[in-house]
Amino acid sequence: MSARTLAESVPPVADLPESKQPRQVSRFSGMWGRSQTLIPTLAALVLLFGMLIYAEVAYGRVFHAGTMSSLLVSFAPTLILAVGMTIVIVSAGIDLSVGAVVAFSSVAGVMLMNIGVNGWLSMLLMIVFGALFGLIAGVMIQYFNVQPFIATLAMMFLARGLASILSTTPVIAADDSPILLLATDWKIIDGPKVNDFTITPGLLIAVLVVIGGMFFMHRTRMGRTVYAIGGNEASAQLMGLPVARTRVWIYIVSGALAGLAAIVYTAEVGGKAQNVTGIGWELDAIAAVVIGGTLLTGGYGYILGSVVGVFVIAALRLIITKDGTINPEYLTIITGAVLLAFVLLQRALTRRRTS
Amino acid sequence: MSRVKTALRTPWFWAIVGIAVLLLINTIKNPAYLALSVNPTTGLLTGNLLDILRVSAPIIMIALGMTFVIATEGIDLSVGSMMAVGGAVAMQTLSTLDDPTSVGAMLAAIGLALALAIVLGAVNGLLVAVVGLQPFISTLIMMLAARGIARVITDGQNTNATNEPFRQLANGQILGLPTSFVLAIAIVVTIALVMRRTALGLMIESIGINPKASRLAGIRPRPILFGVYILSAALAAVGGLFSVSEVMTVSVSGTGNLMELDAILAVVIGGTSLAGGKFSILGSTIGALLIATLNKTVLFLGIPAAATPAFKALVIIVLVLLQSERVRSFVFGRGKPSGTPTSPSTPAGTESTPVTKEVVA
Repeated sequence: MSARTLAESVPPVADLPESKQPRQVSRFSGMWGRSQTLIPTLAALVLLFGMLIYAEVAYGRVFHAGTMSSLLVSFAPTLILAVGMTIVIVSAGIDLSVGAVVAFSSVAGVMLMNIGVNGWLSMLLMIVFGALFGLIAGVMIQYFNVQPFIATLAMMFLARGLASILSTTPVIAADDSPILLLATDWKIIDGPKVNDFTITPGLLIAVLVVIGGMFFMHRTRMGRTVYAIGGNEASAQLMGLPVARTRVWIYIVSGALAGLAAIVYTAEVGGKAQNVTGIGWELDAIAAVVIGGTLLTGGYGYILGSVVGVFVIAALRLIITKDGTINPEYLTIITGAVLLAFVLLQRALTRRRTS
Repeated sequence: MSRVKTALRTPWFWAIVGIAVLLLINTIKNPAYLALSVNPTTGLLTGNLLDILRVSAPIIMIALGMTFVIATEGIDLSVGSMMAVGGAVAMQTLSTLDDPTSVGAMLAAIGLALALAIVLGAVNGLLVAVVGLQPFISTLIMMLAARGIARVITDGQNTNATNEPFRQLANGQILGLPTSFVLAIAIVVTIALVMRRTALGLMIESIGINPKASRLAGIRPRPILFGVYILSAALAAVGGLFSVSEVMTVSVSGTGNLMELDAILAVVIGGTSLAGGKFSILGSTIGALLIATLNKTVLFLGIPAAATPAFKALVIIVLVLLQSERVRSFVFGRGKPSGTPTSPSTPAGTESTPVTKEVVA
């Protein structure tokens, strides 16, 4: 604590004239260094546009308001999860529980609605349930030195198991439940025939989460602390940053976002919640984050990169469904190959930077 | 007295206690639970205990492979998918050969399954040992890819096959014990002898403790890392063969699903530290038996099978908390040395964190 006040009490040094030249150089090399961390993200962006243009040329009807909006709406929950996962991975952690937390939150939320709890209150509770799983994981990781991988694995088991204890058959929200309002189609562009660009409140929530995540990571003190923890935890600790509190919050935020993703997803599928929802979603989120350029070792990464990563995965799915000749069985192999390519790219870049 | 204390601090001692408690619960629910009887049509012994042993065979296999991977400070998340690959290759081979009784067909199926698993395990080893990726991420990619490969092999279908010798792997008996269990124990004993009678086990442990120091001591980490990932994949494929031979059908999305977590859990229950460096083959085997007992108990008590993860999660949480320094110093008192040979070493971060905390405070 004294370190922080000390750092704050020292006024910034006035510009020294002779420092101009070296600073120019360091700024340039800083930009070069930063652009290197951007390379995976830029590569993902190039890949994304390449895939979309290929799909447009090969199958048509891709740059098509209807296709685009349905793609965006169906990937809204993944977007929300990817934002949470980015924050966790930047802190050099991992959250394997998000898919299972989505399942628990949605089953528990819909069951609450069905026993007569107010719909809006149930939705709030869905977020609270997610946050609770995150809280337990965060406490285990920070205060009991459990590896993030194992702590969130335990939460994954717990959430999936509890969801199955609640119900192994789908539970469906009543037709007048307010959660269904989140799937209302808002027509933004009224195209000819059925070519409308529509968005849903769920997609709007996802966009707000992305903007909020960017603001949090790049504009707030706590966001910088997340980067510091991922870069070097011991240094962050010595700098007097609130490592313990921040780390617990990181997992709470990730859990709460999983709860939010559960709301958006449940609304989108017409209020139907199942204990098997979200199997493998954590992998989608991790893949999106890695493709988007965030280092799994922590310390580097951008929320917008992960958004690009989600779209890369979405475009992959789009191409495979549009192309009848690609067996859907190859989907996970292709996803794995793309993921591998990006991890290798990151590996090559980090190796060059450190050497 | 000290022997009792050592036993109490041995992780797998608690696993045996756990198995006993679970069996006791089952016996209270149904006093005839432990009884064995002879099935009049097949002339084989049947009973819940034998069921537990049979379903434990695949878990023992993947837990054994995972033990060595974790001992090198790695993790293999692809074992579940590798089980599906092994099962898919075997079922596809048997259904195309279509020779219901031939032992040759069975051997071909097993050989092909092992060969493909070894290739995929070598890819894992390449990514970890040569490219230098985190084991977590390289095996995660393999987990995605191998599941896809299993789907491609069977064309997305849940292929079934008929081959009597292959079916006997899980459904036959040797001296009244399920064949798959006997084979699994034979494999465990063989590998344990190789690991403990040669320096191999020691080398694996030394890589897990300090890769740099062990390289300076003349141990080349690359071949060993390659070896453990190949071994893990091959054993997972064997586990997959055991599990498909029980029903003679492979479910491309169901076979081995989430089993990597069972493997990790069995290893942790057995007392192998997730931070690497020490392994206990006996511990992992008993851990696998505990998980098989837990799976069966949950079913027997009428709780839906899908709910078992919740109970496993509670076991994991209790175990990792018991492994943590904070709980240990609270339970066993601060004055005791923290690292006795039987107790698992704590994760790598523990040494530095208390120091930095004191500096800050």
